[in-house]
Amino acid sequence: MSLPFHPRMFFEGRVQGHGHAVGIRYRDHGDDWAELELPYDPRLIGEQATGVIASGPILTLMDMATSVAAWLKRGRFVPHATLDLRIDYLRAARPGETVVGRGECYRVTRSIAFVRGHAHDGDPADPLAHVAGTFMLTEG
Amino acid sequence: MRLPPYADLLGLSIEAGEGSPVLVMPFDEVRLSGRPGFLHGGAIGGLLEMAAIVALHHALGDDGTRIKPVNLTVDYMRGGRAKATRAQGIIRRLGTRIANVDATAWQDDPDKPIAAARQTFLLVRPSSPASA
Repeated sequence: MSLPFHPRMFFEGRVQGHGHAVGIRYRDHGDDWAELELPYDPRLIGEQATGVIASGPILTLMDMATSVAAWLKRGRFVPHATLDLRIDYLRAARPGETVVGRGECYRVTRSIAFVRGHAHDGDPADPLAHVAGTFMLTEG
Repeated sequence: MRLPPYADLLGLSIEAGEGSPVLVMPFDEVRLSGRPGFLHGGAIGGLLEMAAIVALHHALGDDGTRIKPVNLTVDYMRGGRAKATRAQGIIRRLGTRIANVDATAWQDDPDKPIAAARQTFLLVRPSSPASA
């Protein structure tokens, strides 16, 4: 038995956890995709001289956006674990800008969800990162 | 070396020792968890990336070279439990413009990693045209 999955409620009800700590918020979703956002925050800076945020928070953003996409595709909130995630950093995120991460689940099997996604900071036609990965069901 | 603000958010410190530096990330339910009681995959990935960058800084010395991540592939092998996690970067190749670095993260036993990453970095040397 499982409840239908609502990403907005999932994010707005959270008061702790790593996604909350880096400031990730819900933005939009469809049947097999989700869009989350990561507002600029000096605590995320990875290179002091430039003010550019570290790539770790972008990895976290994309892990979560693609996770949510997998739950949406499956139509329920089932426990899964990231098996692997590959990210290409096309360019640095602009200091001060919110990063938007869009994840898509393009295929699910009995055990594995295949995902992909991209991140941008204002213009979807000018992405800053691309990701591809897989999740594995951990029960059920 | 001084770690950036993001390393502070992860709670990282550098362990004294020989060779490539080992980073330690104490467990923190509020800031680092994904599902309750487990580390978030993003926090593990962030730790692996920082371990690789610290390894490169260590190898380069304080020479002003900028280290820009090109890509990262993380394999998650075990759930990260509610305990301290360590990570170390191993440099596979340090070229003029490109560095290839592997990093592993473990909890109790370095031979049983919870995750491993392969990473490519672009090196922008102080004297190179790309730094202008």
